[in-house]
Amino acid sequence: MPEIRAEGLRKEYGKVTALNGVNLTINNGEYLSIVGPSGCGKTTFIKSIAGVVKPDAGEILIDGNRVTPLPIEERGVGYVFQEIALFPHMNVYDNVSYGLMVRGVPPTDRRGPVEEMLHMMVLEDYVSLYPKELSGGARQKTAISRALTSGSLLLLLDEPLGALDLKVRTVLRYELRKLVKDLGLTAIHVTHDQEEALSVSDRVVVMKAGKIVEVGSPMQLYLKPKEIFTAKFLGEANFMIGKVSNVNGRGSQFDVSGLNLSAGINGEFFPINGETCVLAIRPEFIDLTSKPGNVNTWACEIVSASFVGDSMRYEVRADNGAILLVKTPITEDESGFVNGDKAYVTLPEGSLLLYGLPEEGLEKALSLE
Amino acid sequence: MAIRLFESVMATLDKLSSRPKVKKVVYAFAVSFLISVILLPPVLGISFKLGLAEQVLSNPELVNRSEAAIFWSFIIALSVASLDLIAGLPLAWIISAGGSRWISILDALADIPFVIPTVALGFSTLLFWGKTGPVSVLGVIVPPGLLLVLLLHFAFSFPVIVRVMVGELMAHNTIYETAAKTLGARAFPIARTVTLPLLRPGLIAAFLLAFARSLSETGATVIVAGLFENGPVFIKNAKDAGLEGPMVLVSFTLIISSVAVFALIRLLGTRLKIPIKNVYPVPEAGLSSNRSVNIRNGVTLLVFGLFVLIPSIYITFPAIGALTDGTLQKAISGLGVWSSFWQSMTLSYVIAVIVTLINIVMGLPIAILIARKKLGKLATTLIDAVVNVPIVVPSVALGVSLGFFWRSFSFLPEFWILVFAHMTITYTYFVQAMAAAIEGIPEEMEETARTLGGRPFRVFRKIILPLTKYSFLSGSILVFTRSVDETGAATAVSQTLKTAPVLLVSWVKHQVIVTDSDIALGIAFLVLTSFASLLVLRLIVYRGKK
Amino acid sequence: MPALRLLNVTKRFGAIKALDDVTFEVKDREYLCVLGSTGSGKTTLLRSIAGILHPDDGDVYLDGEKVTEISAEERNAVYVPQTYALFPHMTILENVVFGPLAKNTSRGIAEETAGRMLKLVRLDKRADAYPNELSGGMQQRVALARGLASGAKLLLLDEPLGALDGRLRLELRTKLRKLAKESNLTVIHVTHDQEEAMTIGDRILVLRKGKLQQLGTPYHVYNRPEKIFVANFVGNTTFLEAIVKTRSKEGSTLRLREGLTVRVRDSSFETDEAVILSIREENTSIMPEPKGDEPNRLSGEVTAVHFLGSFIRYVVMLTNGDVIAARVPIKEVNTEINKGDWVSISFDPMNTHIYEYPTLGLQGELEAN
Repeated sequence: MPEIRAEGLRKEYGKVTALNGVNLTINNGEYLSIVGPSGCGKTTFIKSIAGVVKPDAGEILIDGNRVTPLPIEERGVGYVFQEIALFPHMNVYDNVSYGLMVRGVPPTDRRGPVEEMLHMMVLEDYVSLYPKELSGGARQKTAISRALTSGSLLLLLDEPLGALDLKVRTVLRYELRKLVKDLGLTAIHVTHDQEEALSVSDRVVVMKAGKIVEVGSPMQLYLKPKEIFTAKFLGEANFMIGKVSNVNGRGSQFDVSGLNLSAGINGEFFPINGETCVLAIRPEFIDLTSKPGNVNTWACEIVSASFVGDSMRYEVRADNGAILLVKTPITEDESGFVNGDKAYVTLPEGSLLLYGLPEEGLEKALSLE
Repeated sequence: MAIRLFESVMATLDKLSSRPKVKKVVYAFAVSFLISVILLPPVLGISFKLGLAEQVLSNPELVNRSEAAIFWSFIIALSVASLDLIAGLPLAWIISAGGSRWISILDALADIPFVIPTVALGFSTLLFWGKTGPVSVLGVIVPPGLLLVLLLHFAFSFPVIVRVMVGELMAHNTIYETAAKTLGARAFPIARTVTLPLLRPGLIAAFLLAFARSLSETGATVIVAGLFENGPVFIKNAKDAGLEGPMVLVSFTLIISSVAVFALIRLLGTRLKIPIKNVYPVPEAGLSSNRSVNIRNGVTLLVFGLFVLIPSIYITFPAIGALTDGTLQKAISGLGVWSSFWQSMTLSYVIAVIVTLINIVMGLPIAILIARKKLGKLATTLIDAVVNVPIVVPSVALGVSLGFFWRSFSFLPEFWILVFAHMTITYTYFVQAMAAAIEGIPEEMEETARTLGGRPFRVFRKIILPLTKYSFLSGSILVFTRSVDETGAATAVSQTLKTAPVLLVSWVKHQVIVTDSDIALGIAFLVLTSFASLLVLRLIVYRGKK
Repeated sequence: MPALRLLNVTKRFGAIKALDDVTFEVKDREYLCVLGSTGSGKTTLLRSIAGILHPDDGDVYLDGEKVTEISAEERNAVYVPQTYALFPHMTILENVVFGPLAKNTSRGIAEETAGRMLKLVRLDKRADAYPNELSGGMQQRVALARGLASGAKLLLLDEPLGALDGRLRLELRTKLRKLAKESNLTVIHVTHDQEEAMTIGDRILVLRKGKLQQLGTPYHVYNRPEKIFVANFVGNTTFLEAIVKTRSKEGSTLRLREGLTVRVRDSSFETDEAVILSIREENTSIMPEPKGDEPNRLSGEVTAVHFLGSFIRYVVMLTNGDVIAARVPIKEVNTEINKGDWVSISFDPMNTHIYEYPTLGLQGELEAN
């Protein structure tokens, strides 16, 4: 159950800054996910913890001990690679027992822990198969077993499910969390799949351009993101530029390209009269109805409607030209809207997120590439 | 005008290439060339004359000599390839790790014995280990004979191992080593349990190439052999003595046994698995330490310098001497023996140009067939095997057989017989280089281009060729230099016409009245032209990588 | 006239049937998503349509014309592999003019077309760049522009979003569809992501082991899955083993393990027949306590709570040991339910499907291969 601390980590590859001063503490027994667009430095971060990458500056402490100068093989971390990287010339059993073998554990003493691990991962039937004979899921489970058999309590997962089919991925991610919790491990899981991060983690770290944007519990980050990029990257959101037209004790009024919106007091951000800021709302919090609501209701026209199984996705155009994405649950009584229908959207005051206008411009701040 | 004509010709060819019939004709032509010019002549040539070999069987003395020669050929090849593997692998490791300018210089130096024509290598080795050589000061003199042959073969097979293994190590995905490290393994156990097993196919390939090169070499071996005989030396001696029977017997046996040995190593090599059951942390940690690594690197560099590099380039000293003692003027004026030298040089280069052009045209379709497995798995394996025969079989034996075959067409002038022989000997290089390069291009790229409306020939011109141009050039240059350097087959085939290496061997053996300065300078000219080709190759490859 | 028609197409690789008697039609300007897991034959399907592969049996028709024997370059159906296969030695512009030039268009016209297409995908400013200088998303757009410029009316996309990061993938889905619709293209889009297929496709074709499982609109496939495999692959579904207890015109009663009973709308199975009951996770309600009037009330213990962003997913173990999952839109989550809580579960008989008990057992039926 190790505790990991990163202090001021920096790493540059030529002109690209992969880590730009990263400070983070991962608690004992925590399942932490790191998400961010490609090139944000998330993989460099866990590679630095494993020792695969040597940071240019900064320190890594495992349980208070400085491990930065230690080579990979002396750090004792379990690492699961995106490429899986099972030894192709060894069968499942030999792969899983490799960590014990290189520590000089005699074959008879290896059997116990290896078989226990194989049993826990339900891999007993595959012991004598070679990696290329396994399905993607079994391969990944073998890689996880290999990383854990020598007793490491720190599990570093670099896009562990990225190579798998979506359906398999969804099943495996829950198994992964269960395993980590059952064995009392500390896990750091790098992924670009935001749903994966939200569903398995105790805390999520959002990174962008070598820096940590925000850290918090999945619910915090999803429902009350403090940073505009978090709102963009985790889940979907509509973003609108508005001008503060009135501020009072209960909240504030905004002029969004000619339409009015009001929002309650919003924790972090205190609007000033006349200031330009960004309002955001997740598509599933917008109400779409055939009759106007009470507050924050705009008339709109349905631009597109698509059925996506558990919900309907609409694109609607408000009178000010703004295009909003709306997601509504499927209900039996309401057959939904079709293209060209006139309707009303209501943006509940409590669901609106407020941000200052980013210095680099809204589009750049939200850019994923 | 010319451009428009070219465009319209290309457009017509594009269109033609869409027709299944045209495709079939092109491939069928290339395959028939492979069979009728590369495969059948050596097989048939020797079979015509098998009767001659039977006469030898009644002469026990000759039989013993032939048996001994063949036996030593294989012993030398096996031991040299094994020793080279042991000595070459650490050097390949150092080079592939890269990191400094010194290492790229080392990389270039490692190639030297590969690009110096073997005749020059032989002469250089002879002088280095001889009575006047630098090590004679220490009392070390290696006279011509078995030991000197071993030293020579060790030197010229060495770069083959290094080259192949550097390539393998560079292409090797180091993620497995990283994975092993995260599991707690140290450097030495990782090399033993992960890297080497994964590189096994490359190790086998490198071993086989070194083996083949040793088995095949003729010119240099003749120079340093003294009274000792291995297969190729025996054939050369038999030819000089006009003994056709023994020549046929040994050639035939060499052809059959080399193919058999190769097939065997290939087969066993892929089956053979060394179980990895244990790691010994304490001693292996010692072997992984910086000190052991430094000692290993030191020994590796020493062996490379003393046994490979310096003996190979020792020829430079007498060659520089020849520049000042009047030999240079004699050579340039083309008087005496030098007139035949320049004729031979011209002959060598004319042959090389023709051979290179034909091998490119005939080799391309075969390379595509192999790379894209167009004829199915079995046929591809077969064609691949046939393509490899010329480098597997000792070239002098191949030459003997080719000589018999082509001379049976009495209307063929000797010049063309030489061309055909060189064509067979060098056929492999271009096809292999191109097949590997084409295989490296994702087939999807070609397929996508086709669905965009690109006809097969257009896709080849616009996509495949530009993406493989470096392999195209390096393959062609390899064919060219191999052709210029070829001694074994040329010796076996030549009657009155002598290519440059064949002529130089006769100079070194003092079958012609020449001074040591003449020999050194003659060899220096061959080496220089060879180096020029290498330089071009390096530049091309270097720019390609950029 | 359909843009594409496959008639009894079969393709074998050795003993494996990659396509097994596949027949279907695609309408002009239709966007068809082919959904299947790795090894389902979906790439083989695309390549057979493109003319890169030739089927062993059956025929392919494009615009009513039989093209089975016609080579790829004459079909006018552009294949875009997952890697995009941009020509690395050519600039973006050169890549895009390849198609028109190959079809003997003059250089001037070819470049004009290419310029127009690059503008359409907003890459006209990068015409002189080389593919490796572009991000994954841009490369994908080049591949599309290149296909469009060649004049193809049929675009064959193999996992076009697969090489991209999760969040970016989400964003580009709708853009891809828009582009196709604006350019009047017929598109076959292969994916293993059911959500992607539902969001983009006019219709969805589900493939398994080379066999067509179902073809229909997202709504149809989602609400009327004809097979257990489809019900599982498309959407998130709970399956329970059951036996028909009674049947009537209005539906049947099923007996679950340990004697629990539920009502379903389907009445096509005989009494005592073994069946599989399927319920969508989002059609399953979960309450801290029963209200009293809800249908099919069951109770159990919450064994896991997964936060998915717009949904919360609860996994509940029923009193009989069966496991059922409920997915609740985040907006409708009003009372807190935690792991270990005892809860009431219910679902509407109208939202159930039942299937014949599969000969290979339930697990065998759910597996993709």
